[in-house]
Amino acid sequence: MDVTTTEFKRCVVVKTNGRIDGANAPELRAVLKQLTEEGKFNIVLDMSAVNFVASAGWWVLIDTQKTCQQFNRGEVVLAGVSNTIKDSLSLVGMLTYFKIFDDVTSAVGSF
Amino acid sequence: MESICQFVTQAAHEAGLDEAATYAVQLAVDEAATNIIEHAYQNSGEGVIECSYLILGDGLEITLVDHGIPFDPDAVPTPELNVPLEDLKPRGMGIYMMRKVMDEVRFEFSPQSNKLTLVKKKT
Repeated sequence: MDVTTTEFKRCVVVKTNGRIDGANAPELRAVLKQLTEEGKFNIVLDMSAVNFVASAGWWVLIDTQKTCQQFNRGEVVLAGVSNTIKDSLSLVGMLTYFKIFDDVTSAVGSF
Repeated sequence: MESICQFVTQAAHEAGLDEAATYAVQLAVDEAATNIIEHAYQNSGEGVIECSYLILGDGLEITLVDHGIPFDPDAVPTPELNVPLEDLKPRGMGIYMMRKVMDEVRFEFSPQSNKLTLVKKKT
């Protein structure tokens, strides 16, 4: 798993690839935690190169969403989510906790 | 974990499952294996997970066997969804996801081993 961050004026884009599972979710958690500790609460997760997300991965995103949305100071949004991942998230009823954009440009533009 | 995923992906293709059903199998097996590593083997880094499959006329059956600590699946709470974000809790989400995406999830325990059978039918 590679995790890269790109800062924009109003948000930070975090891009990762491949699988987000129990083995590497802590790596993503560490990157997101550092951002929120730096006071960056508007986060776009670019998932266009992600092909699998296990529950451990969703919990990293849910926890980060909790931190960001506290005091209405920001939000985690998702971009480029594949249909299979979107369907699995919908099936377990967790789709409602995230805004999903087709691509990074529209996600960044939402802030 | 990736090798188990590749193994069951191959099995799903052999069974003729479509993309969504294949993803469901990958997800359920990943959650199951994660539970075995974390709970049955207590993150010790040691222990065997035997993974096998059977192609059914209408789908795929995957079996995972471990020799770690058994657990009572009925004791795992069903996570509360449709609640405000701040009330969402992770406990039980792995098993909940498994049950949601598969057609059958069966746990069997014996003194020697724990066996989990997962069935996904063709859509």
